[in-house]
Amino acid sequence: MELRKSYFADVRKDDLHEIGQARPRSDSPGHVTGKTTFFADRNFPGMLHLKMVRSPHHHARIRSIDTSEAEKHPGVVKVLTAKDVPHNVYTILILIQIGPEDETVLADGKVRWKGEAVVAVLAETERAAQEAAAKVKVDYEVLPAVFDMEEALKPGAPIVNEYHGQNYYLYDSGECRKVRFGDVEAGFAEADHVLEQSYQSSPIEHAPTETTGCVVAPEGNDRFTCYTNTQAMFFTLDNTSIILQMPGSKLHFVGGTVGGGFGGKVDVIVEPIAILGAKLTGRPVCFIYSREEEMQISSPRAAEKVVIKDGVMKDGRIVARKVTGYTDAGAYSRHSPYGAQKGAGHYPGPYTIPNVWIDTYCVYTNRTPSSAMRGFGVTIGDFALEVQMDKLARLIAMDPLEFRFINAYRDGDMKAHRQPTEGAALIECMQEAARAANWPVAEKYMAMSSYKKGA
Amino acid sequence: MAKVPVQFTLNGSEKAEFVDGGTTLLNALRDKIGDTSPKGGCHQGTCGACSVIVDGELRLSCLTLAETCNGATITTTSGLAEGGVLHPLQRAFLDTFASQCGFCTPGMIMAAKVLLDHTPNPSRDEVVEALSGNICRCTGYEPIIQAVLTAARANSQNAA
Ligand code: FES
Ligand code: FES
Repeated sequence: MELRKSYFADVRKDDLHEIGQARPRSDSPGHVTGKTTFFADRNFPGMLHLKMVRSPHHHARIRSIDTSEAEKHPGVVKVLTAKDVPHNVYTILILIQIGPEDETVLADGKVRWKGEAVVAVLAETERAAQEAAAKVKVDYEVLPAVFDMEEALKPGAPIVNEYHGQNYYLYDSGECRKVRFGDVEAGFAEADHVLEQSYQSSPIEHAPTETTGCVVAPEGNDRFTCYTNTQAMFFTLDNTSIILQMPGSKLHFVGGTVGGGFGGKVDVIVEPIAILGAKLTGRPVCFIYSREEEMQISSPRAAEKVVIKDGVMKDGRIVARKVTGYTDAGAYSRHSPYGAQKGAGHYPGPYTIPNVWIDTYCVYTNRTPSSAMRGFGVTIGDFALEVQMDKLARLIAMDPLEFRFINAYRDGDMKAHRQPTEGAALIECMQEAARAANWPVAEKYMAMSSYKKGA
Repeated sequence: MAKVPVQFTLNGSEKAEFVDGGTTLLNALRDKIGDTSPKGGCHQGTCGACSVIVDGELRLSCLTLAETCNGATITTTSGLAEGGVLHPLQRAFLDTFASQCGFCTPGMIMAAKVLLDHTPNPSRDEVVEALSGNICRCTGYEPIIQAVLTAARANSQNAA
């Protein structure tokens, strides 16, 4: 492979002789012999099983909860409701000052999505917990729900989450994250063609083979060991400490062995309630999502809508780009305000465009709360941007790859969010891709470099 | 709840337990006997992570009642290595990077073993067919197919 730019030449002096070699993974011997210990492989004498009573409604007021029949069910040891949770309203990113706290560990007075946790039942066996959960009586008053982001943003739409007060996340920049660079309207006025398209995606479930869960063992000294498959060990520990109003020194988290995560195991959902159960009963507790819960309850990738308007010249230069992005957070924030913000920084794509305008909204609807998944905030955006690039190339009858060479960012170019480009590699990647795919590209593009000088 | 006695041979050793009526073989192996190599990914017969070998046949242990296995000979992935030496399938899974998170691996190896026991030199299509009841969300399957073909080749070289 011959590259026009030598990467890391100024950074790394050592030989990168491991690259390209197959080295055994350190965890494989455990995997192939069945010895790797996943959290669910822990078994403690006297372990209780936790099952959730979940909302059958998308949006409803809770008039009353009656747990008396469930408590009488044989094998039931404890039934938990919102009043048992020391700090019931939380939000994961509060650890980095992204508030307000907007989500309940157990629903208190209201449910905002179908599947929301309302009551936790702890019993001697999984079956007893399941049967008792079915005996919990919750009296709901169903409220109007909103499932579409644009509907949710209209005046008069039902308010999904009162902790926000409106159906969008309020950034310090206002109702959306904004990027303003150059003069986008002047760019459209000068363009030979203007193309506006909108792109939409549905939520995507990670579907790991191992479902979300944890096993908690009380250590007898008011400390608790939590075996978990979280992908966010310290986020979970710190949030649990807030929710249970318990110093972190009382919590010992053991994990790192995850049976597939893909971003779906970064939300703090199962650990706080399982530890609370262990604390209140003095017994080990196991809380594992069923396959159905994994598919229906765990956060998916957010649904997104992306509207892109581009101004392009006949010679191939994009002179203006306006993007409006919508991220469907579902009923609660989780990681979505961050995802929508990432989109704002990302949307011009790896292209240098002189006039850019970006608005990205994090919208609340009565859908399953969404959260992280492999490049969330930018993955759907990239799909939209690259489909748009192909459409623009077709519009001006240009080869789609050559069109990208013309607009590719290079070292020193100012990005729309005012970060100078460093370490660009798009041109070299495209050259290599053109060679690998035998895609004919004019010689002048094959001679380009991400270094501006000498190109 | 009335307990039911179950007795079988697991990876060469005799096991006897009392289980609740209706207990699955998966739960009996994991919770009672302590062999956690079969995994529970769905408990409804859709993922294959719980696959074990009962009297030479591939079984989903989450859909098999423990009480139906009286007198049976059961093999799980934890019993494959002999005297610390990996089974050719285990070796091949390791060498071809056929295992990422590892959660599907014990079930995959069981399905592959039953295939190779009956069909020592399978075609690629036969491998794909044999693994079609096992879900892997990490590898994209290709390294797993390669691992099974590699193990088959290693077996036939040893036999020659
Ligand atoms: S756990 Fe048996 S098939 Fe999934
Ligand atoms: S290696 Fe993760 S599911 Fe197969």
